[in-house]
Amino acid sequence: MATELPVLKPADFASDQDIRWCPGCGDYSILAQMKKMLPTLGFPREKICFISGIGCSSRFPYYMETYGIHSIHGRAPAFATGLKNVRPDLMIWVITGDGDGLSIGGNHLMHAIRRNLDINIVMFNNRIYGLTKGQYSPTSPLGKVTKSTPMGAIDNPLHPLSIAIGCEGSFVARSIDVNIKHLGATLKRAAEHKGTSFVEVYQNCNVFNDGAWDYATDRQSKADNVLELEHGKPLIFGKNRDRGIRLNGMNPEVVELGKGISEDDLLFHDEKADEPSLAYLLSRLRNEDGFPEPIGVFRAIDKPKYDEQLNQQIEYAKETKGDGSLDKLFHSGDTWTVS
Amino acid sequence: MSSTIESPPESAKSVEHLAAATVRLAGDSGDGMQITGTQLTNTSALAGNDVATFPDFPAEIRAPKGTRAGVSGFQVHFASEDIFTPGDHLDALVVMNPAALVTNLPDLKSGGILIVNEDNFEGRDLKLANLEENPLENDSLGDYRVFRVPMTNLTRKAVEMVETEDGKALSQKVADRCKNFFAMGLIYWLYGRDLDPTLRFIREKFGKRPEIVEANERALRSGWNYGETTEAFISSYQVEKATLPAGTYRNVMGNQALAWGLLTASKMSGAELFIGTYPITPASDILHELSKFKEFGVRTFQAEDEIAAVCSAIGAAFGGAMAITSSSGPGIALKGEAMGLGMILELPMIIINVQRGGPSTGLPTKTEQSDLLQVMYGRNGESPLPVIAARSPSDCFEVAQEAWRIATRFMVPVILLSDGYIANGAEPWRIPDVEDLNKIEINHPQATEGEEFQPYVRNERLARPWALPGTPGLEHRLGGLEKQDITGNVSYDPDNHQHMTNVRQQKVDNIAEDIPEQSVVGPESGDLLVVSWGGTFGACTTAVERCQRDGLSVAHAHLRYLNPFPRNLGDLLSRYQRILVPELNMGQLRAILRSTYLVDAEGLNKVQGKPFAVTEIVDKIKALLA
Repeated sequence: MATELPVLKPADFASDQDIRWCPGCGDYSILAQMKKMLPTLGFPREKICFISGIGCSSRFPYYMETYGIHSIHGRAPAFATGLKNVRPDLMIWVITGDGDGLSIGGNHLMHAIRRNLDINIVMFNNRIYGLTKGQYSPTSPLGKVTKSTPMGAIDNPLHPLSIAIGCEGSFVARSIDVNIKHLGATLKRAAEHKGTSFVEVYQNCNVFNDGAWDYATDRQSKADNVLELEHGKPLIFGKNRDRGIRLNGMNPEVVELGKGISEDDLLFHDEKADEPSLAYLLSRLRNEDGFPEPIGVFRAIDKPKYDEQLNQQIEYAKETKGDGSLDKLFHSGDTWTVS
Repeated sequence: MSSTIESPPESAKSVEHLAAATVRLAGDSGDGMQITGTQLTNTSALAGNDVATFPDFPAEIRAPKGTRAGVSGFQVHFASEDIFTPGDHLDALVVMNPAALVTNLPDLKSGGILIVNEDNFEGRDLKLANLEENPLENDSLGDYRVFRVPMTNLTRKAVEMVETEDGKALSQKVADRCKNFFAMGLIYWLYGRDLDPTLRFIREKFGKRPEIVEANERALRSGWNYGETTEAFISSYQVEKATLPAGTYRNVMGNQALAWGLLTASKMSGAELFIGTYPITPASDILHELSKFKEFGVRTFQAEDEIAAVCSAIGAAFGGAMAITSSSGPGIALKGEAMGLGMILELPMIIINVQRGGPSTGLPTKTEQSDLLQVMYGRNGESPLPVIAARSPSDCFEVAQEAWRIATRFMVPVILLSDGYIANGAEPWRIPDVEDLNKIEINHPQATEGEEFQPYVRNERLARPWALPGTPGLEHRLGGLEKQDITGNVSYDPDNHQHMTNVRQQKVDNIAEDIPEQSVVGPESGDLLVVSWGGTFGACTTAVERCQRDGLSVAHAHLRYLNPFPRNLGDLLSRYQRILVPELNMGQLRAILRSTYLVDAEGLNKVQGKPFAVTEIVDKIKALLA
């Protein structure tokens, strides 16, 4: 019995709540792309649920006309885990930030990714605490001067994708708030992936950390600083697409094409590689070290999913033992009768 | 259950009849005392006795061998009458080493039976127990009927014929491990117990290793035969069947009964059970038990930590499951913020706290009732939650269903308190007729044409609708920010915050209209009312009964509902001259009663990791009424 799904438009995903992010915040763009992308999936709106923690990004669910929970700081993956385990029919999005996801919620993020539940996690990375007004975050660079680090941050930063790949995530990707086409396409890939999708989005906080991603978004420099990953294609970047990444032993290096170096000498991207080491290596390419930073899908592999296996165990138990009977249970083992 | 195992013959010696007996087996934590005690419990229950148990073991899996810190004990009280406690004083004590002797001897009655494994009283054993002299060789045991039994050597002899599959004799280490079954056999002889249930247990537990089955069987029978043949024992004892109400019975432990009660509530409400939890003593057995029941649709999730455990449960509740999280005090502390979220989201779930000795890590394997104020007040903001408490192992079955009934009827997380004493204790349980179990009604709304869905609209009880994701037209967002009345939208309006705070409190208060009035056992008014809650039920009941028999004007009210209190409680308290609140804490219920009802309640309080002895409460009652 096929029921016709109503055709939805982006506006159908807008709730009636006023959006209260600062004007110019990168979050608006992510919200817009999400609303634009969801109707293209042909998935019933009532089966979509957004779950967030605490922080600017975590207000996201209030603005979506879907089901949603604005939960507590850092714990969104845990709420999503419980919900997905009992409701595998739902499409669940976890919306988090660099502070929510990597600081207070680092533990839950790690465990959600390694369990590979069929959920989608989008981390808005602005490298700062916005909602608490400007303290450094776990992704702020060393030396970052903020309200809580007047002499510069002395914490080594975490790199979200290195963590996700370190947890052997089955889908790991990166995009940029203002690169809207790429962002929409990346969110769609994440939605379609079966298993935990982890997407880092470079997001500008124009109030407390304006320009943190300028090197990746500036019209003049972005082509030299960003490398767009494509499955099966060599790693090429630059305004003139004349530079690439080559492996020298275990070390990546930037090379110029021509002068005896051809595309075949470059590293080819394989998002389906079971072995995560090359994906990890890509996650370590950093602007500050003279490399372009890759965007796109780093890894997309098929792996057993926790929620699917849990529910298979339930089905198997019901099939082999029959539906549970209280009477049988109560009378199992030794009993005696008093008359 | 059919069985082809032959029972040993009836004892040819004389038999003395007793109304009740309290027996404790104590040894090193590796000596298998918990298995032995559990077996004696089951066998006694199967023989028709009423039973109550008190397992007592160290937090360390294997504390240094032979030391006082490593002593593990299991106490069983079996009787031909209705009993409520594992007994204050021991009629018989079996000790496997000197450390067990010195730590347990003070509880043995004068003239009581003391059975000692004398093989473990060498110089080294004495030194490990910090003993300068061998108590078997001085006159320190003159008050007791001492039976010195060379258990280790007798067990080795009993199993020397046993061969492994490849024809080798058992190692001495393996042979010595059977000595708890020898001790059990001897106790079984002493109290006329049937060996069959334990022989069946041995076959089930060790079935994959036939040589271990044979060795343990031989050890058990040798212990029995030793009692029968040695001249030291002149007679054995018989405790007649108890007169329990008619029905089919089985033995249940507290955590098991709790798990079964949850399962029953799930079945009776049609909501599949999800438990998100993290291992912690003494609550873990709830997870272990529930994880066996996948054919009931039970989903167990061992989370990465306590916080994830409670959060996963809230997520599951949002999805329409019967959501549970279980822990003990330290874990409940970690769950506090999420419990507050569950409260403001107004989703039904059960939060179980199997209390243990605190504060901090405290006494993980010992019992205490010191988390009442924690669950009442341990959250930020105005965050009232209903609290109910189980009173005994079998009561856990009832309380679990009641918790789910309240949670779904009022759309609220319910806190269910148990404790280590209840969790690990066992007692006979009359198996209910499944037809007689109460249904728990749950409603999930559907969209109404032309009407906008309001997630915080309320019914006459002030409960809001439980709308499930997947329902077209009911899309809504929940969150921890204060919400506008009716719409559930974020609201910072001052009057709205006051209103919502009042409503959430009133909703919990309304539960008082939905639960029974508090009853008392004893006179409706008088000199003294003993008020208790939780695991002290048995000791308080027995103590009050004893004082009533002695002609004192004393009544007993045992509270299941701690928040809100039963609606008649204030009136009830006012009808007695004095109020006594015995608690295994420093006066937590007493403080709440005093502040709620302005009554001058007095306390009997201790935190020693042990349940009350009946005599402690009797003495206090008598002192107050002297």
